[in-house]
Amino acid sequence: MSPSPASPVSPVSPENLRPTPSHTVGPFYGYALPFPEGEQVAPKGHPDTVTLHGYVLDGAGDPIPDALLEFWQAAPDGSLSGAPGSLRRDPVTGGFLGRNGTDFTGFGRVATDADGHYALYTLPPGNVGLPYISVCVFARGLLTHLYTRAYLADGADPLLDSLPAERRATLVATEGERRTYRFDIRLQGEGETVFLEFE
Amino acid sequence: MALTQSDIDTEVSDLQDAYDKAVAEGAPVQNHPPRDYAPYRSSVLRYPKQPLVAVSGGDPETVELSGPVFGVTDITEIDSDLTIQHQGEPLGERITVSGRLLDRSGRPVRGQLIELWQANASGRYAHLRDQHPAPLDPNFTGVGRLLTDDQGRYRFTTIKPGAYPWRNHTNAWRPAHIHFSVFGTAFTQRLVTQMYFPNDPLFRYDPILRSVTDEAARNRLVAEYNHDLSQPEFSLGYEWDIVLDGPSATWIEEGRD
Repeated sequence: MSPSPASPVSPVSPENLRPTPSHTVGPFYGYALPFPEGEQVAPKGHPDTVTLHGYVLDGAGDPIPDALLEFWQAAPDGSLSGAPGSLRRDPVTGGFLGRNGTDFTGFGRVATDADGHYALYTLPPGNVGLPYISVCVFARGLLTHLYTRAYLADGADPLLDSLPAERRATLVATEGERRTYRFDIRLQGEGETVFLEFE
Repeated sequence: MALTQSDIDTEVSDLQDAYDKAVAEGAPVQNHPPRDYAPYRSSVLRYPKQPLVAVSGGDPETVELSGPVFGVTDITEIDSDLTIQHQGEPLGERITVSGRLLDRSGRPVRGQLIELWQANASGRYAHLRDQHPAPLDPNFTGVGRLLTDDQGRYRFTTIKPGAYPWRNHTNAWRPAHIHFSVFGTAFTQRLVTQMYFPNDPLFRYDPILRSVTDEAARNRLVAEYNHDLSQPEFSLGYEWDIVLDGPSATWIEEGRD
Protein backbone atom coordinates (compact mmCIF):
# COMPACT_ATOMS: atom_id res chain seq x y z
CA MET A 1 0.00 0.00 0.00
CA SER A 2 2.95 2.38 0.37
CA PRO A 3 2.87 5.01 -2.33
CA SER A 4 5.68 4.49 -4.78
CA PRO A 5 8.44 7.10 -4.94
CA ALA A 6 8.02 9.67 -7.67
CA SER A 7 9.30 13.08 -8.54
CA PRO A 8 7.37 16.11 -7.25
CA VAL A 9 4.32 17.07 -9.27
CA SER A 10 5.68 20.57 -9.66
CA PRO A 11 8.84 22.36 -8.55
CA VAL A 12 8.81 23.16 -4.86
CA SER A 13 10.91 26.03 -3.64
CA PRO A 14 13.40 25.24 -0.85
CA GLU A 15 11.47 27.33 1.66
CA ASN A 16 8.31 25.34 0.98
CA LEU A 17 10.26 22.19 1.62
CA ARG A 18 11.00 23.10 5.19
CA PRO A 19 8.85 21.02 7.52
CA THR A 20 5.50 22.23 8.74
CA PRO A 21 5.87 22.89 12.48
CA SER A 22 4.06 20.74 14.99
CA HIS A 23 1.46 22.15 17.37
CA THR A 24 -0.31 20.75 20.39
CA VAL A 25 -3.35 18.54 19.84
CA GLY A 26 -5.11 20.83 22.33
CA PRO A 27 -8.04 19.91 24.59
CA PHE A 28 -10.81 19.47 22.02
CA TYR A 29 -9.73 16.62 19.73
CA GLY A 30 -12.03 14.22 21.56
CA TYR A 31 -14.92 14.41 19.08
CA ALA A 32 -12.60 14.21 16.07
CA LEU A 33 -9.72 11.77 16.50
CA PRO A 34 -10.79 8.86 18.73
CA PHE A 35 -12.92 6.28 16.93
CA PRO A 36 -14.87 3.22 18.10
CA GLU A 37 -12.64 0.14 18.43
CA GLY A 38 -9.51 2.28 18.14
CA GLU A 39 -8.13 0.15 20.99
CA GLN A 40 -9.21 -3.16 19.42
CA VAL A 41 -6.30 -3.90 17.09
CA ALA A 42 -6.64 -7.68 17.58
CA PRO A 43 -9.65 -9.26 15.91
CA LYS A 44 -12.23 -9.59 18.69
CA GLY A 45 -11.99 -12.87 20.53
CA HIS A 46 -8.63 -13.81 19.00
CA PRO A 47 -7.00 -16.31 21.38
CA ASP A 48 -3.55 -14.70 21.07
CA THR A 49 -4.78 -11.26 22.16
CA VAL A 50 -2.51 -9.36 24.54
CA THR A 51 -3.54 -6.33 26.58
CA LEU A 52 -1.15 -3.41 26.87
CA HIS A 53 -2.33 -0.90 29.45
CA GLY A 54 -1.18 1.70 31.92
CA TYR A 55 -1.35 5.30 32.99
CA VAL A 56 -0.07 8.48 31.44
CA LEU A 57 1.34 10.74 34.16
CA ASP A 58 2.65 14.30 34.33
CA GLY A 59 5.65 15.78 36.14
CA ALA A 60 3.75 15.91 39.43
CA GLY A 61 2.80 12.24 39.12
CA ASP A 62 -0.80 13.13 38.34
CA PRO A 63 -2.74 11.25 35.68
CA ILE A 64 -3.25 13.01 32.36
CA PRO A 65 -6.91 12.64 31.39
CA ASP A 66 -6.53 14.30 28.01
CA ALA A 67 -3.71 12.40 26.35
CA LEU A 68 -4.14 10.59 23.07
CA LEU A 69 -1.96 7.58 22.33
CA GLU A 70 -1.31 6.02 18.96
CA PHE A 71 0.21 2.59 18.49
CA TRP A 72 1.94 1.11 15.48
CA GLN A 73 3.47 -2.36 15.29
CA ALA A 74 4.43 -5.28 13.10
CA ALA A 75 1.84 -7.97 12.47
CA PRO A 76 2.42 -11.32 14.22
CA ASP A 77 4.13 -12.60 11.05
CA GLY A 78 6.52 -9.62 11.07
CA SER A 79 4.85 -7.74 8.24
CA LEU A 80 5.13 -3.95 8.43
CA SER A 81 2.79 -3.24 5.54
CA GLY A 82 -0.27 -2.64 7.72
CA ALA A 83 -3.79 -2.74 6.29
CA PRO A 84 -6.57 -0.21 5.83
CA GLY A 85 -9.72 -0.38 7.89
CA SER A 86 -8.75 0.93 11.33
CA LEU A 87 -11.58 3.45 11.26
CA ARG A 88 -13.99 1.71 8.91
CA ARG A 89 -16.98 3.90 8.12
CA ASP A 90 -20.62 3.32 7.38
CA PRO A 91 -21.48 5.08 4.10
CA VAL A 92 -25.18 4.96 4.99
CA THR A 93 -25.13 6.75 8.33
CA GLY A 94 -21.69 8.36 8.27
CA GLY A 95 -20.94 6.55 11.53
CA PHE A 96 -18.29 3.99 12.32
CA LEU A 97 -18.61 0.29 11.56
CA GLY A 98 -15.72 -0.86 13.70
CA ARG A 99 -12.94 -3.05 12.34
CA ASN A 100 -13.82 -5.85 9.96
CA GLY A 101 -12.80 -8.61 12.37
CA THR A 102 -10.21 -10.22 10.12
CA ASP A 103 -7.57 -7.75 8.93
CA PHE A 104 -4.73 -6.74 11.21
CA THR A 105 -4.14 -3.03 10.57
CA GLY A 106 -1.27 -2.65 13.05
CA PHE A 107 -2.64 0.72 14.13
CA GLY A 108 -4.43 1.69 17.32
CA ARG A 109 -5.60 4.98 18.78
CA VAL A 110 -6.72 5.37 22.38
CA ALA A 111 -7.59 8.44 24.45
CA THR A 112 -6.83 8.22 28.16
CA ASP A 113 -9.83 8.13 30.48
CA ALA A 114 -10.50 10.45 33.42
CA ASP A 115 -7.95 8.45 35.45
CA GLY A 116 -5.27 8.85 32.79
CA HIS A 117 -5.59 5.13 31.98
CA TYR A 118 -5.49 3.48 28.56
CA ALA A 119 -5.77 -0.10 27.32
CA LEU A 120 -4.88 -1.57 23.93
CA TYR A 121 -5.93 -5.04 22.79
CA THR A 122 -3.62 -6.36 20.14
CA LEU A 123 -1.68 -9.35 18.84
CA PRO A 124 1.98 -9.92 19.71
CA PRO A 125 4.22 -8.00 17.31
CA GLY A 126 6.46 -10.18 15.16
CA ASN A 127 9.15 -7.61 14.36
CA VAL A 128 12.81 -8.59 14.06
CA GLY A 129 14.46 -8.69 17.49
CA LEU A 130 12.64 -8.08 20.75
CA PRO A 131 8.93 -7.52 20.22
CA TYR A 132 7.87 -3.91 20.69
CA ILE A 133 4.94 -1.63 20.01
CA SER A 134 5.74 1.90 18.92
CA VAL A 135 3.83 4.55 20.85
CA CYS A 136 3.16 8.15 19.87
CA VAL A 137 1.94 10.46 22.65
CA PHE A 138 -0.20 13.54 22.12
CA ALA A 139 -1.65 15.73 24.88
CA ARG A 140 -2.92 19.15 25.65
CA GLY A 141 0.18 21.02 26.81
CA LEU A 142 2.52 18.93 24.69
CA LEU A 143 3.61 21.15 21.81
CA THR A 144 5.24 18.37 19.79
CA HIS A 145 4.24 14.72 20.11
CA LEU A 146 6.59 12.19 21.70
CA TYR A 147 7.61 8.71 20.60
CA THR A 148 8.42 5.81 22.84
CA ARG A 149 8.36 2.01 22.66
CA ALA A 150 6.64 -0.59 24.79
CA TYR A 151 8.84 -3.70 24.71
CA LEU A 152 6.94 -6.87 25.54
CA ALA A 153 10.11 -8.73 26.51
CA ASP A 154 13.56 -7.87 27.85
CA GLY A 155 16.83 -8.99 26.31
CA ALA A 156 19.51 -7.89 23.89
CA ASP A 157 18.43 -4.86 21.88
CA PRO A 158 20.51 -2.00 20.45
CA LEU A 159 18.27 0.70 21.93
CA LEU A 160 17.73 -0.92 25.34
CA ASP A 161 21.41 -1.82 25.63
CA SER A 162 22.38 1.82 25.07
CA LEU A 163 20.50 2.94 28.19
CA PRO A 164 21.38 2.88 31.88
CA ALA A 165 19.40 0.20 33.77
CA GLU A 166 17.03 2.65 35.42
CA ARG A 167 16.05 4.27 32.14
CA ARG A 168 15.95 0.98 30.26
CA ALA A 169 13.26 -0.23 32.65
CA THR A 170 10.90 2.54 31.50
CA LEU A 171 10.65 0.91 28.05
CA VAL A 172 9.95 -2.65 29.16
CA ALA A 173 6.33 -3.45 29.91
CA THR A 174 5.67 -5.55 33.01
CA GLU A 175 3.98 -8.84 32.25
CA GLY A 176 1.00 -9.67 34.42
CA GLU A 177 -1.66 -12.34 34.45
CA ARG A 178 -3.75 -13.33 31.45
CA ARG A 179 -1.42 -11.93 28.78
CA THR A 180 -1.56 -8.44 30.25
CA TYR A 181 1.32 -5.99 30.04
CA ARG A 182 1.55 -2.85 32.15
CA PHE A 183 3.22 0.12 30.52
CA ASP A 184 3.02 3.52 32.23
CA ILE A 185 4.18 6.67 30.48
CA ARG A 186 5.69 9.39 32.67
CA LEU A 187 6.15 12.60 30.72
CA GLN A 188 8.43 14.23 33.27
CA GLY A 189 10.31 13.78 36.53
CA GLU A 190 11.07 10.66 38.55
CA GLY A 191 10.98 7.56 36.39
CA GLU A 192 10.58 9.70 33.28
CA THR A 193 9.94 7.48 30.27
CA VAL A 194 12.63 7.35 27.61
CA PHE A 195 11.39 9.23 24.55
CA LEU A 196 12.89 8.74 21.13
CA GLU A 197 13.91 10.71 18.09
CA PHE A 198 14.50 9.31 14.63
CA GLU A 199 17.13 10.66 12.30
CA MET B 1 -2.31 37.09 41.10
CA ALA B 2 -3.79 36.35 37.70
CA LEU B 3 -1.41 36.39 34.78
CA THR B 4 -1.99 39.25 32.38
CA GLN B 5 -1.43 39.41 28.66
CA SER B 6 1.44 41.75 29.40
CA ASP B 7 3.12 39.11 31.61
CA ILE B 8 2.81 36.55 28.82
CA ASP B 9 4.00 39.05 26.20
CA THR B 10 7.17 39.65 28.23
CA GLU B 11 7.91 35.93 28.51
CA VAL B 12 7.20 35.38 24.81
CA SER B 13 9.41 38.29 23.85
CA ASP B 14 12.30 37.10 26.05
CA LEU B 15 12.18 33.64 24.54
CA GLN B 16 11.94 35.08 21.05
CA ASP B 17 14.99 37.27 21.66
CA ALA B 18 16.95 34.35 23.09
CA TYR B 19 16.13 32.19 20.05
CA ASP B 20 16.99 34.93 17.54
CA LYS B 21 20.27 35.61 19.30
CA ALA B 22 21.19 31.92 19.37
CA VAL B 23 20.49 31.55 15.64
CA ALA B 24 22.49 34.70 14.89
CA GLU B 25 25.38 33.07 16.75
CA GLY B 26 25.15 29.91 14.67
CA ALA B 27 22.66 27.69 16.51
CA PRO B 28 20.50 25.53 14.24
CA VAL B 29 17.09 26.75 13.10
CA GLN B 30 14.27 25.02 14.98
CA ASN B 31 11.37 23.95 12.79
CA HIS B 32 9.23 22.76 15.69
CA PRO B 33 8.30 24.38 18.97
CA PRO B 34 10.33 23.48 22.06
CA ARG B 35 8.30 21.29 24.40
CA ASP B 36 9.29 23.34 27.42
CA TYR B 37 7.65 26.61 26.52
CA ALA B 38 6.43 28.19 29.75
CA PRO B 39 4.22 30.94 28.25
CA TYR B 40 1.92 28.06 27.28
CA ARG B 41 1.23 27.15 30.87
CA SER B 42 -0.18 23.68 30.19
CA SER B 43 3.27 22.60 29.00
CA VAL B 44 5.01 23.06 32.35
CA LEU B 45 4.47 19.54 33.75
CA ARG B 46 4.13 17.83 30.40
CA TYR B 47 7.54 17.86 28.75
CA PRO B 48 10.43 15.45 29.36
CA LYS B 49 13.48 16.91 31.07
CA GLN B 50 15.78 14.16 29.81
CA PRO B 51 17.07 14.54 26.25
CA LEU B 52 15.42 12.41 23.58
CA VAL B 53 17.31 9.22 22.74
CA ALA B 54 18.24 8.94 19.08
CA VAL B 55 17.34 5.72 17.32
CA SER B 56 20.05 5.20 14.76
CA GLY B 57 18.76 5.47 11.23
CA GLY B 58 19.69 3.09 8.48
CA ASP B 59 17.98 -0.06 9.72
CA PRO B 60 14.99 -0.61 7.42
CA GLU B 61 13.53 -3.06 9.92
CA THR B 62 12.96 -0.27 12.41
CA VAL B 63 9.20 -0.46 12.93
CA GLU B 64 8.74 3.32 13.00
CA LEU B 65 10.08 3.71 9.46
CA SER B 66 6.84 2.21 8.20
CA GLY B 67 3.41 3.34 9.27
CA PRO B 68 -0.31 2.78 9.22
CA VAL B 69 -2.19 2.81 5.94
CA PHE B 70 -5.76 3.85 5.26
CA GLY B 71 -8.16 3.14 2.43
CA VAL B 72 -11.56 3.81 0.97
CA THR B 73 -13.27 2.01 3.84
CA ASP B 74 -11.87 4.57 6.30
CA ILE B 75 -13.68 7.59 4.87
CA THR B 76 -17.06 8.48 3.47
CA GLU B 77 -17.58 10.83 0.57
CA ILE B 78 -19.06 13.64 2.63
CA ASP B 79 -16.24 13.63 5.18
CA SER B 80 -14.29 16.26 3.24
CA ASP B 81 -17.24 18.67 3.12
CA LEU B 82 -18.03 19.89 6.62
CA THR B 83 -20.94 21.98 5.35
CA ILE B 84 -23.14 19.06 4.25
CA GLN B 85 -22.98 16.80 7.28
CA HIS B 86 -26.29 18.03 8.74
CA GLN B 87 -29.81 18.85 7.59
CA GLY B 88 -29.19 22.57 7.18
CA GLU B 89 -26.39 24.90 6.18
CA PRO B 90 -23.90 25.92 8.87
CA LEU B 91 -23.56 29.60 9.71
CA GLY B 92 -20.38 31.37 8.75
CA GLU B 93 -18.07 32.21 5.90
CA ARG B 94 -17.77 29.17 3.61
CA ILE B 95 -14.18 28.35 2.68
CA THR B 96 -12.25 25.87 0.56
CA VAL B 97 -8.95 24.74 2.08
CA SER B 98 -6.61 22.92 -0.27
CA GLY B 99 -2.95 22.08 -0.69
CA ARG B 100 -0.38 19.37 -1.12
CA LEU B 101 0.98 16.85 1.33
CA LEU B 102 4.72 16.40 0.72
CA ASP B 103 7.57 14.55 2.37
CA ARG B 104 10.79 16.36 3.15
CA SER B 105 12.24 15.67 -0.27
CA GLY B 106 9.22 17.23 -1.96
CA ARG B 107 7.51 14.05 -3.07
CA PRO B 108 3.74 13.91 -2.81
CA VAL B 109 2.35 11.64 -0.12
CA ARG B 110 -0.47 9.79 -1.85
CA GLY B 111 -3.52 8.07 -0.44
CA GLN B 112 -2.80 9.06 3.13
CA LEU B 113 -5.19 10.18 5.83
CA ILE B 114 -5.68 13.83 6.74
CA GLU B 115 -8.08 14.58 9.58
CA LEU B 116 -9.18 18.03 10.70
CA TRP B 117 -11.28 19.54 13.44
CA GLN B 118 -12.22 23.08 14.30
CA ALA B 119 -14.49 25.46 16.16
CA ASN B 120 -17.62 26.79 14.47
CA ALA B 121 -17.99 30.32 13.09
CA SER B 122 -18.67 31.62 16.61
CA GLY B 123 -15.51 30.07 18.01
CA ARG B 124 -17.22 27.20 19.85
CA TYR B 125 -16.20 23.55 19.64
CA ALA B 126 -18.78 20.77 19.63
CA HIS B 127 -17.06 19.46 22.76
CA LEU B 128 -18.63 19.29 26.21
CA ARG B 129 -15.57 20.89 27.81
CA ASP B 130 -15.94 24.00 25.68
CA GLN B 131 -18.54 25.95 27.67
CA HIS B 132 -17.69 29.51 26.74
CA PRO B 133 -20.79 31.56 25.93
CA ALA B 134 -20.81 31.37 22.14
CA PRO B 135 -23.56 29.46 20.36
CA LEU B 136 -23.26 25.91 19.11
CA ASP B 137 -24.36 25.45 15.52
CA PRO B 138 -26.73 22.48 15.07
CA ASN B 139 -25.61 22.29 11.44
CA PHE B 140 -21.89 22.14 12.11
CA THR B 141 -19.80 19.57 13.94
CA GLY B 142 -16.40 20.61 12.66
CA VAL B 143 -14.79 17.25 11.88
CA GLY B 144 -13.46 16.21 8.47
CA ARG B 145 -11.19 13.61 6.94
CA LEU B 146 -10.02 12.49 3.53
CA LEU B 147 -7.33 10.57 1.70
CA THR B 148 -4.85 12.58 -0.36
CA ASP B 149 -5.17 12.05 -4.13
CA ASP B 150 -2.54 10.61 -6.46
CA GLN B 151 -0.74 13.95 -6.54
CA GLY B 152 -0.76 14.26 -2.77
CA ARG B 153 -3.44 16.94 -2.88
CA TYR B 154 -6.24 17.48 -0.42
CA ARG B 155 -9.33 19.70 -0.53
CA PHE B 156 -11.82 20.45 2.23
CA THR B 157 -14.98 22.55 2.18
CA THR B 158 -15.78 24.06 5.57
CA ILE B 159 -16.56 27.36 7.26
CA LYS B 160 -14.04 29.79 8.70
CA PRO B 161 -13.70 29.12 12.43
CA GLY B 162 -14.02 31.96 14.92
CA ALA B 163 -11.42 33.07 17.44
CA TYR B 164 -12.14 31.92 20.98
CA PRO B 165 -11.09 32.66 24.55
CA TRP B 166 -9.09 30.24 26.70
CA ARG B 167 -7.70 30.34 30.19
CA ASN B 168 -3.95 30.42 29.76
CA HIS B 169 -3.98 33.94 31.22
CA THR B 170 -6.52 36.75 31.62
CA ASN B 171 -8.06 37.75 28.29
CA ALA B 172 -6.28 35.02 26.35
CA TRP B 173 -7.71 34.47 22.84
CA ARG B 174 -6.72 31.94 20.24
CA PRO B 175 -6.46 33.21 16.66
CA ALA B 176 -8.80 31.38 14.28
CA HIS B 177 -7.28 28.04 13.35
CA ILE B 178 -8.04 24.57 12.01
CA HIS B 179 -6.44 21.52 13.65
CA PHE B 180 -4.83 19.06 11.24
CA SER B 181 -3.73 15.48 11.87
CA VAL B 182 -1.59 14.00 9.10
CA PHE B 183 0.08 10.67 8.35
CA GLY B 184 3.05 10.06 6.08
CA THR B 185 4.39 6.73 4.87
CA ALA B 186 6.34 6.31 8.12
CA PHE B 187 5.21 6.64 11.73
CA THR B 188 8.20 8.98 12.23
CA GLN B 189 6.49 11.49 9.90
CA ARG B 190 3.36 11.80 12.03
CA LEU B 191 2.20 15.40 12.38
CA VAL B 192 -0.50 17.14 14.37
CA THR B 193 -0.62 20.87 13.88
CA GLN B 194 -2.83 23.92 13.36
CA MET B 195 -3.43 26.05 10.28
CA TYR B 196 -4.01 29.78 10.67
CA PHE B 197 -5.54 32.46 8.45
CA PRO B 198 -3.54 35.38 7.03
CA ASN B 199 -3.15 38.67 8.90
CA ASP B 200 -4.93 37.66 12.08
CA PRO B 201 -4.38 40.47 14.65
CA LEU B 202 -4.27 37.85 17.44
CA PHE B 203 -1.05 36.22 16.20
CA ARG B 204 1.25 38.29 18.36
CA TYR B 205 -0.70 37.58 21.54
CA ASP B 206 -0.93 33.82 21.19
CA PRO B 207 1.66 31.78 23.13
CA ILE B 208 0.78 28.62 21.18
CA LEU B 209 1.63 30.13 17.80
CA ARG B 210 4.58 32.00 19.33
CA SER B 211 5.94 28.70 20.71
CA VAL B 212 7.24 28.20 17.18
CA THR B 213 10.07 30.61 17.84
CA ASP B 214 11.43 30.59 14.30
CA GLU B 215 9.59 33.28 12.35
CA ALA B 216 9.86 31.57 8.98
CA ALA B 217 8.58 28.33 10.51
CA ARG B 218 5.71 30.20 12.13
CA ASN B 219 4.76 31.69 8.78
CA ARG B 220 4.51 28.19 7.35
CA LEU B 221 1.49 27.62 9.60
CA VAL B 222 -0.43 30.44 7.92
CA ALA B 223 -2.48 29.58 4.84
CA GLU B 224 -2.44 31.87 1.82
CA TYR B 225 -5.59 33.37 0.38
CA ASN B 226 -5.82 32.08 -3.21
CA HIS B 227 -8.42 33.77 -5.38
CA ASP B 228 -8.19 31.00 -7.97
CA LEU B 229 -9.35 28.55 -5.32
CA SER B 230 -12.36 30.68 -4.44
CA GLN B 231 -15.59 29.31 -5.89
CA PRO B 232 -17.87 31.91 -7.50
CA GLU B 233 -20.81 32.70 -5.26
CA PHE B 234 -19.85 29.86 -2.94
CA SER B 235 -16.57 29.97 -0.98
CA LEU B 236 -13.25 31.72 -0.38
CA GLY B 237 -10.10 29.74 -1.13
CA TYR B 238 -7.12 29.15 1.14
CA GLU B 239 -4.05 27.24 0.08
CA TRP B 240 -1.82 25.46 2.56
CA ASP B 241 0.88 22.91 1.77
CA ILE B 242 1.98 20.49 4.46
CA VAL B 243 5.56 19.21 4.55
CA LEU B 244 6.25 16.22 6.78
CA ASP B 245 9.44 15.87 8.79
CA GLY B 246 11.17 12.66 9.79
CA PRO B 247 12.77 9.81 7.87
CA SER B 248 10.92 7.00 6.12
CA ALA B 249 11.89 3.58 4.79
CA THR B 250 11.77 4.97 1.25
CA TRP B 251 14.56 7.39 2.12
CA ILE B 252 16.84 4.71 3.35
CA GLU B 253 16.16 2.42 0.40
CA GLU B 254 17.21 5.24 -1.90
CA GLY B 255 20.25 6.12 0.19
CA ARG B 256 19.11 9.70 0.52
CA ASP B 257 19.45 10.09 4.23
